Amino acid sequence: MKTSEKKGVLLEHISKIYIDPKTKKQFYAVKDMNLNIEPGTFVTLLGPSGCGKTTTLRMVAGFESPDEGQIYIGTEAVNELTPNKRDTAMVFQSYALLPHYNVFDNVAYGLKLRKLPKEEIHEKVINILKLVEMEGMESRMTNQLSGGQQQRVALARALVLEPGVLLFDEPLSNLDAKLRVTMRTEIRRIQQKVGITAIYVTHDQSEAMSISDQIIIMSKGKMEQIGSPREIYYHPASKFVADFIGEANFIPAKVEAVDDVFGTADIDVFGEKITVKNHINVDAGEDAFLVIRPENARLSDKGILKGTVSLSTFMGSYQYYRLRVGDLEIQLSDYNPVNRKIYEVSEEAYLDFDPKAVYILK
Amino acid sequence: MAGSQSAKLERQKFFSDPIMVSTIVVLIVFLLLFILYPLFMLLIDSIMVDGKVSMEVFSRVLSMERFRTAFKNTLVLGFLVGIASTAIGLLFAYVEVYVKLRSVILEKLFNVVSTLPVVSPPFVLSLSMIMLFGRSGIITRSILHIYDSNIYGLKGIAIVQILTFFPVCYMMLKGLLKNIDPSLEEATRDMGATRWQVFSTVTFPLMLPGLGNAFLVTFIESVADFANPMMIGGSYDTLATTIYLQVTGAFDSTGAAAMSVVLLSLTVILFLIQKYYLEKRTAATLTGKATRGRMPIEDRSVRVPLTVFCSIVAVFVTLMYIMVPFGALFKLWGRDYSLTLKWFQYMMKTSGLEAFQDSFVLSFIAAPVTALLSMIISYLVVKKKFRGKGFIEFVSMLAMAVPGTVLGIGYIRGYANGLFRTGALQQIYGTGLILIIVFVVRSLPTGTRSGISALRQIDKSIEESAYDMGANSAEVFTTVTLPLIKDSFLSGLVTAFVRSITAISAVILLVTPDFLMITCQINEQAEKGNYGVACAYATVLIMITYTAVAVMNLIIKHFGTSRTVKEED
Repeated sequence: MKTSEKKGVLLEHISKIYIDPKTKKQFYAVKDMNLNIEPGTFVTLLGPSGCGKTTTLRMVAGFESPDEGQIYIGTEAVNELTPNKRDTAMVFQSYALLPHYNVFDNVAYGLKLRKLPKEEIHEKVINILKLVEMEGMESRMTNQLSGGQQQRVALARALVLEPGVLLFDEPLSNLDAKLRVTMRTEIRRIQQKVGITAIYVTHDQSEAMSISDQIIIMSKGKMEQIGSPREIYYHPASKFVADFIGEANFIPAKVEAVDDVFGTADIDVFGEKITVKNHINVDAGEDAFLVIRPENARLSDKGILKGTVSLSTFMGSYQYYRLRVGDLEIQLSDYNPVNRKIYEVSEEAYLDFDPKAVYILK
Repeated sequence: MAGSQSAKLERQKFFSDPIMVSTIVVLIVFLLLFILYPLFMLLIDSIMVDGKVSMEVFSRVLSMERFRTAFKNTLVLGFLVGIASTAIGLLFAYVEVYVKLRSVILEKLFNVVSTLPVVSPPFVLSLSMIMLFGRSGIITRSILHIYDSNIYGLKGIAIVQILTFFPVCYMMLKGLLKNIDPSLEEATRDMGATRWQVFSTVTFPLMLPGLGNAFLVTFIESVADFANPMMIGGSYDTLATTIYLQVTGAFDSTGAAAMSVVLLSLTVILFLIQKYYLEKRTAATLTGKATRGRMPIEDRSVRVPLTVFCSIVAVFVTLMYIMVPFGALFKLWGRDYSLTLKWFQYMMKTSGLEAFQDSFVLSFIAAPVTALLSMIISYLVVKKKFRGKGFIEFVSMLAMAVPGTVLGIGYIRGYANGLFRTGALQQIYGTGLILIIVFVVRSLPTGTRSGISALRQIDKSIEESAYDMGANSAEVFTTVTLPLIKDSFLSGLVTAFVRSITAISAVILLVTPDFLMITCQINEQAEKGNYGVACAYATVLIMITYTAVAVMNLIIKHFGTSRTVKEED
């Protein structure tokens, strides 16, 4: 039932099978998802389209039924409950405001279904509209609102029900870039203020980074990594994550030796020896990749790897390079080009980076 | 195994919604009892003799010269009317979408032409055709002084049907033409094509599936039409009239059943081609929304002949409708054109009042039932997932392909002696209830189709959001779905009312002396040659239907969704 206490969400071995409409073959849209979301946290499901993030969210809401596993909201197993009986409230990508109601009636809709007394409904609606900074707009029709305002109403409508869990299905994707930034800050502010558990789906990594306590990276129906935004960015667990979050260069390397005391590894990159942090536990003799983020490296007249500049573009806040080393094209973003030499195409240059800012992956 | 748990859960969720489950059960029972069962009985009647499977009835029917002629006649008529209606409809649509109409009167005229056939009883054009071109027709006798004019037969039916059905094609094709992106045509024009080359290499090929669609829809309508061949057919019998005569004249209802099976197979096959082949192709070729407005054709060599042709047709159609009230006001058609109210007085003195009351009351009951039923069906079909959904959609659309005459015979064979001749439900036979049911079944497909297209435009997440906030299916339907499609609901309501009060084909077979129907009265009076009285009935009937449509437009204008949107811009 719907209550006002914040609840955790537990997914146990959740799988969802779809049938490909073309080949008629079954495939896993979500496969063996295990996830424990603590009450009051803001968790984001992040991944490319088709990775199963929305399906997962819709299973929590009850619009889809899992083929394997059990979903708990709080302590209650909810697999058999229809969406209207689950303690969740969802903010939709298209806002899904009821076009024949004004702002007040949209927000009051769920309360009226619960047959609350009129005065109580009025008080709750007014309070929640204040929270989302939409007071005074009660009698506007939804088509008189801007995208951002519609988003606020959609959020108010979900919050007013005081659900155990708040669900967001790419709520900002229809807004323009500037408004997206404002609204994501707003969503985070309100979530923190109310202290509600939130599950948020997006394919926009900067949105995920800025808003979440925990990010779950998904790919092809599976969880690739779960962690705080910082962990995900600095210690990606796989090539997929490193590539998906931010930009990354992968340079083939060979592990020469590992030091278990300091937790480091010595690797060989094109004949150069580098010592890096060994956070994924490689062993000596293994093949690995050295991962360098473009903003963590720069061109220099001396350094580790020598190559030829194949592209040099002024991007405003940074100078963007591509450096060809053997068969590799390494991308670099030099954010402080005014103090340094600008390299031109076909010049020779060395790749220079801080070993502390790079890491290895298998 | 894989997929089984979600299927089980979906089932559990489904059954936790008792209102929806019982609605679906009631719907399925209704469709089975009043659409499939009567048709099934026709089949049984025509292949079972004394409890054994036999081809006896079929071979008897096939050996009838009358039946073979009627079959051939029906096909000839269908092709003729289908092709001509599609062509004229295309011209009208093309003129409206592509050519700049120079006068407001013309635009009004186009509007009248597209709405008149919707509000008028099916045989009104036959009536005025006879009055214009018949033996004592104004044009033939009084103006051209031809005293032996014969408008009856193929020529009469064809003209009347073409004029009745081309507006349907016009409306269908107009929608398609509007969906063609003008930049396609501009691009070919830019590459050096002439206006005609653009039409023949771009517009026409893109329209081809849509034209096929319009052709088949008209073909089915023509083949199923009963009223016009009855009134103006003369000795040119079609399947629909032959079936009727087989029952009412020869009292051979098994023979009629077999003929009905033939007619039904014809319409159903065409319907299946139309629905499952052409409709998909139409959608596939014309998915693009027009990005910009189209530059209308100003070229006089295109504009003038097209506009002139369409205007003549439009004026002619309007003229034919105007004939009807005059027919009721003239003392003696063809001889004495002084004005009189005697036909109206005669109508009221005889069974007029009773006929209007019966027709009105029965249609008034049937209309809301039909409208609500078709909205519920559309809602279930578009928004819900459940087993049996395909069945509900298919059967309610199939009703479109069932000619009224066939349905009437089906009800006679299926209910005169009760369900499966057991006497169960026999009580409804010969009552007003079965007439109401016939009205509902006959109007259900149109309502469902418009409901489905209205619902498809509503974002799925709007209903999901209501569901998510705690509403059950019935609450979602009443508080969200229905208010959002109220225009469609309202027009479904009025369309059902109009269709019911103007229906004749099935009704004429099922009506008993307890109920007098306006349409049957018109038919009877026209057959007797009392055109004045027939016109008096038709005039009042047109006034009723026109008022209903006008009231609907007024309501939509003041309370409809389009207005609320406009006001708040």
